[in-house]
Amino acid sequence: MGNDLETAAHPENLRRVAIDPVSRVEGHGKVTLLLDENDRVHQVRLHIVEFRGFEKFIQGRPYWEAPVMVQRLCGICPVSHHIAASKAMDMIVGATLTPTAEKVRRLMHYGQILQSHALHFFHLCSPDLLFGFDSDVTKRNIVGVVGAYPEIAKQGVLLRKFGQEVIRVTAGKRVHGTGSIPGGVNKNVSIEERDYLLKDIEQIVSWSRESVAIARKLFEQNLDLYNDFGRFKAHTLNMVRADGALDLYHGGLRARDMDGKTLFDHYDYSHYWDVIFEDVKPWSYMKFPFLRSLGPETGWYRVGPLSRVTQCDFIPTPLAEAERKAFMAFDNGKAAGATLGFHWARMIEMLHAAEVIRDLLHDPDLQGTDLVSKGVRQDRGVGVIEAPRGTLIHHYKVDENDQIVRCNLIVSTTHNNQAMNEAIRQVARQFIDGKKLTEGLLNHIEVAIRAFDPCLSCATHALGKMPLEVELLDAEGGRVDMLTRNTSGALCDTSD
Amino acid sequence: MSETFQLDGAAVPFEPGQTVMQAALAAGHYIPHLCYHPEFKPHGSCKLCTVKLNGRTTASCTLPAEAGLNIESNIEELNALRRTLVQMLFAEGNHFCPSCEKSGNCVLQALGYDLEVHATGFRHLYPDRPLDASHPDILLDFNRCVLCELCVRASSEVDGKNVFALSGRGITKHLIVNSASGLLKDTDIALTDKAMEVCPVGVILKKRVGFSQPIGARRYDQRPISAQALDDAPRQVDASGNCKTCEDAS
Repeated sequence: MGNDLETAAHPENLRRVAIDPVSRVEGHGKVTLLLDENDRVHQVRLHIVEFRGFEKFIQGRPYWEAPVMVQRLCGICPVSHHIAASKAMDMIVGATLTPTAEKVRRLMHYGQILQSHALHFFHLCSPDLLFGFDSDVTKRNIVGVVGAYPEIAKQGVLLRKFGQEVIRVTAGKRVHGTGSIPGGVNKNVSIEERDYLLKDIEQIVSWSRESVAIARKLFEQNLDLYNDFGRFKAHTLNMVRADGALDLYHGGLRARDMDGKTLFDHYDYSHYWDVIFEDVKPWSYMKFPFLRSLGPETGWYRVGPLSRVTQCDFIPTPLAEAERKAFMAFDNGKAAGATLGFHWARMIEMLHAAEVIRDLLHDPDLQGTDLVSKGVRQDRGVGVIEAPRGTLIHHYKVDENDQIVRCNLIVSTTHNNQAMNEAIRQVARQFIDGKKLTEGLLNHIEVAIRAFDPCLSCATHALGKMPLEVELLDAEGGRVDMLTRNTSGALCDTSD
Repeated sequence: MSETFQLDGAAVPFEPGQTVMQAALAAGHYIPHLCYHPEFKPHGSCKLCTVKLNGRTTASCTLPAEAGLNIESNIEELNALRRTLVQMLFAEGNHFCPSCEKSGNCVLQALGYDLEVHATGFRHLYPDRPLDASHPDILLDFNRCVLCELCVRASSEVDGKNVFALSGRGITKHLIVNSASGLLKDTDIALTDKAMEVCPVGVILKKRVGFSQPIGARRYDQRPISAQALDDAPRQVDASGNCKTCEDAS
C-alpha cells in the first residue's frame, strides 16, 4: 500500500470498488477504491460531481437578483449564499451597513449556524455516533435515535426548529427568504417577533450546552477511536475578527500551516485571489483550492468548525469560550486535531450561535428603521462569510448596465476537497486495507466524510435510506461482486 | 332595480354598456383573468376569462352583458382549461419564480396558486430572450412576457409614446421596443409612465429596488388574487361600506 493513495502506480491490475453515490452532495458524489488481489488499498478518491452552473447562468442577470438566486445552490444553508452574495453586492453599491442592517443579517446568519449544526449533528450524524459506525444498519438512523434516545432526538429537532424560526423572522421564510438585499435588509425585527424568539432562547442556550456535553462524552467514552479515526495534519483557513475573536459574519482571513505557523492573518478578503488559488485534477469535477504561498501539491487546507474553533484567539461569548478552552485542553489537545473533533467544535459553535442570538435579541438596534444604505458604485464585489461548513467566497463583476458579467464561487465543501480525500484515505488505511468489504466498513468511509458536513443534504441518510452500490471489478473491468443498499435501507447481494 | 344575468346561479346586475367581466367584478363575483385591466379596453387574448354561454365558450371580458344570460364560470371543466392555459404560459417563457423580484406581486404566479397549478405539465421551451438593461433606470426582462399587451396599450393610450409593440406571429410573437436601435435607452420612456405600472409579470422593472419589499408585505402574500381582483374592481359602495350593487341583485 502506498502512502499517498491518491493515484495508484499500476491501476491496470487492480480491482475497482465504487461507492456511488456516497450520498447527496448536490446529488452526485462517489468514492472509488482500487484494491489488489489481497484486498490491499492502492487508491482512494472522493469524487464530488458538483455542477456549479450558477456561475454561468447568473451572467447577464441584474446584480440585485444574485442574493436570492444563488441561495438556491443549497436547501440546507441557503442563508450562507444569500448573505455572502449580499456582502459582495454591498461593495457593488458602495454601502456601509447601518447598525440595524448588520445586526439583522447577523441574527439571520447565526440562526442559520444554529439550525444547520443541529441538523448535521442530530439528524445526520448522531445515528453513527450514538450506535456505532458499524452498528445494526436497520437502527442506525434518526428513527432509531428517537426510539433509543428520545430526549436527545427531541432537543435536536427543536434546536433546528428555533434556528429556522430566527431565519423566518429575519428573511421572511424558513428556506430561501429575501431579507438581505444589496446595501442592507428589507425588514427589521419587530417587538412581537423579538418577544416570540426571546421566550425560547434560554432553553435553546441550555440545550446547546447539553449538546456540547454529548460531543465531549462521545470522546471520553471512545477516546482512542475518536482521537485517531481518519486523523491527519492539515493547514487551516478561517476568518477572524480584528481582535482575533471567532466571527462568523465578518473579518479577515487567517491561514496557518499544520504546525501552527501563521501564513497570513487579518487578510483583506476582497483580494482573496492573491493568497488562494484553485487547482484542477482530471478525475474530479470539483476544484482543489490551495494556499498560493505553499503551491498546489502541499497548499491544501481545512476549513469549517474545527479550523475556526482551534484557530481563533477566543470566542466572544462566555459559555462557548469556556467550552473552547476545555476542548483545546482535552487529552493534551489531541481532540482539537481529530477528524471527529469536527463534531465537538461544531457543537461549541452552536452554543456560541445561541449566545449571539440571545445577545442580539436584547439589542434595540434590531427595531431600527434605517435599513438600507448606498455609496459610490463599484464594478466588483467580494463577499466572504464563515458558513456552517466553512469559509464561503462569492465574487462578482457587474457592468455599467447593472448586469453581472462574471461570477466566481468557492464554497466551503470545495475548500475541504483535499482534506476529505485525506480523511477517507486514512480511514482506508486504518479500517479497509486487507479486509473483506462489509456495509459497516463502507460506513466508516462515510462517517469520515460526514464529519466535514460537506453539504451532504442527506435527508435519505437521516432516515437510513441512503442508497449505496459497491461493485468489485476484476482487472479487465468485469464485475465479480456487487453489494447494494437500496432506498429502503436493505442490504442486498446482487452479484450475478 | 337593474337588469340582471345569471352567473353560476347568482343574479348579477349590470349597467348598459358593461361587459360580463365588468359587471361580475363590480358585483363581487371573480372570473379569473390576466390581460383584462379595468382601466383599458378589453383585449380578449389570454382567454383565462373564458366562460360558458349556452353551451359555447367565450371571453367574458369582451362579452356584452345582457339580461337573461345564463353563464357558467366557476366549474371544473373551465378551471381545468384555465390551468392548462397557465401551464402553457409558464412553459412558453422563462418564469423562474424562486429568483424573480416580481414574485409575490405577479399576476401569473398568483393565478397559478389560485387555480392550483401544481406543475407546468408541458415541456419547457426555454426561449433565448436576452435582457434589455440599456436604460439607466428601467430593466426589461423579456423572459417573463405573456404578450398581454398591457404595456403596449398603456404606452400608446395613456402615455402617448408607443414605446412597446408586439412583433412576429404565432409562437415567434414577442415584445419589442420602438426605437431605431431596438433598445429602451433610445426611447422616451419615464419611470412615471403608465406603462411602468401595468405589467402583470416581471418584464418592466424599476432598477435597483428588487426584493426591497419583504415577504409578507407583497400584494398576494396575504390574500389570493381572486380576493384582490374584487378590491380593484369599481364597486357601488355606500357610505356605510355596503355594496349597493349586490343588495340590488339580492
